[in-house]
Amino acid sequence: MNAVSRSNAYNFGFLDEYAKKEVRRAILKAIAIPGYQVPYASREMPMGRGFGTGGLQLTLSLIGPNDVLKVIDQGSDDSVNAVNLRRFIEMTCPGVSTTTKTAECTLIQSRHRIPERPLTSKQIIVLQVPYPDPLVVVEPSEDKRKTMHGEADYSRLLVKLYEDIVKFDEITISHRYPTRINDHYVIDPSPIPRWDVPKLHASAALILFGAGREKKIYAVPPHTKAEPLAFSDVPFRVEDFRDEQGRRRACARCGCTDSFLDEFVTDSGIKTYQCSDSDWCNEKMALARQTEGKPA
Amino acid sequence: MNKILEVRGMSKIYGPGCPLCIESTGPEADTNLCPHCGSVVAIHDVSFDLFEGEILGVMGESGSGKSTVVKSLYFDQAPSGGEAIFYDRDKQYALFSLNAAQQRWLRNHRFGMVYQNPHLGLNFNISAGGNIAERLLMSDLMDYGAIRERAKTLLARTEVLLARIDDLPKHFSGGMQQRVQIAKALATQPPLLFLDEVTTGLDLSVQARILDLILEIQQELKTAMVVVTHDLGVIRLLTGRAIVMKYGRVIEAGLTDQILEDPQHAYTQRLVASAL
Repeated sequence: MNAVSRSNAYNFGFLDEYAKKEVRRAILKAIAIPGYQVPYASREMPMGRGFGTGGLQLTLSLIGPNDVLKVIDQGSDDSVNAVNLRRFIEMTCPGVSTTTKTAECTLIQSRHRIPERPLTSKQIIVLQVPYPDPLVVVEPSEDKRKTMHGEADYSRLLVKLYEDIVKFDEITISHRYPTRINDHYVIDPSPIPRWDVPKLHASAALILFGAGREKKIYAVPPHTKAEPLAFSDVPFRVEDFRDEQGRRRACARCGCTDSFLDEFVTDSGIKTYQCSDSDWCNEKMALARQTEGKPA
Repeated sequence: MNKILEVRGMSKIYGPGCPLCIESTGPEADTNLCPHCGSVVAIHDVSFDLFEGEILGVMGESGSGKSTVVKSLYFDQAPSGGEAIFYDRDKQYALFSLNAAQQRWLRNHRFGMVYQNPHLGLNFNISAGGNIAERLLMSDLMDYGAIRERAKTLLARTEVLLARIDDLPKHFSGGMQQRVQIAKALATQPPLLFLDEVTTGLDLSVQARILDLILEIQQELKTAMVVVTHDLGVIRLLTGRAIVMKYGRVIEAGLTDQILEDPQHAYTQRLVASAL
């Protein structure tokens, strides 16, 4: 791995070995203190900060020639950000194979979604994070925020939820839902929808969070408690995707009724719904074709 | 009577401090600024006791260190020396040797504070109900319905219109802000309440109603209070005992009636004479 690849003159994984070592050390600390934001020296990457540089540095520090990588953006493997990141990693990590299939990969870099298919203990998911600190909405001083985290003082965050219920009769946070890890630190779980928050709890796979611009790494280790903040009489709930008649909407492509749906408007002006996780949708369609007896 | 608070030799010096600070400041030296090192001796050797259900007055001119006394006891700032023991049911806490988390726990669960400036005690960007909820959430009440009920009870008790529970405090009058602050301070039914110039700057009729409210609360809940004010009327109306401060020292202490009727220290005599 130390050898400079002859083909592109970059070190394997673009980052130099010292940089990778530092990131790995930060990851180990993040795993040892679940939910704690470990500062690290976020390197300059050949893309703008805010385009996933934090997640990319984690991926590049973890990836080895035997890894199978999947990159997703908003659930899709084919969106611009995902394609660019995948190509960059293919270019700088010769020998690494990439896939779009959740079942086959060992490492996932993701933005906005955790795949629908349950992850296994052989997999690691890296999430790109724009704002790592959930307290930033209530306390502008980072110094004070650190003390608040240390003392697990999250009452002001809960007041936000209280005000939400007062105004709208429910908690209206749609993504970045503050979640308490291992009964102490509250994290911002990156812009994943509420739908994905329960997947953090007791996950079989290691979940890592990297914020490139804010220079923080944190983790939800496997089989760790992750509880979204809520009141005892106003529990946390996920999106329910019901239509006006109260029926659960189904994916227009695969007909799935238990996945997170994206809403969009067709050319004829009609709202349709499709699975946000494209690999999940394809898998369901392949399965349907098989049961109908046609070749997949 | 049960003792609630025992303060012994509390002091607070701003600046580097030098061995001559103490002897060259105080009422005799007629300054609290040390001429040798430029430090400000905000308070020095302040001692008093407070008993259950009692209201203790702290009076003195501006800059005499009276606010520093309550701010130190409420952990807003750390004192430079001395000790304070808080007796809570069968437990006792040496306030200044607790760690930050323990101090925060006491502050949230067992103490209440009402500041002169409502900006210090209230968050103006969240509703009146939210402000009370914050304090209840700090003391680990996690039931929305219960929080809401408690906030309503408290606001009704402090005569804030319930229709305005979800309004921002910045849209309230000064007297109402002060009443929301009192409701917030009382949210956890603390056995000890600090009131720092609560009526200063309010008009006389509003002052009277707030003072009435404080007296009623004291009768009802048997809350012990430390009332800081420069207003002798407030001292006379509320407090049973009082201490008089000047340049950071306690120059006179005793029953309020005695101090106001028969002041011993020359400064107290001037103070009382000027008010009558």
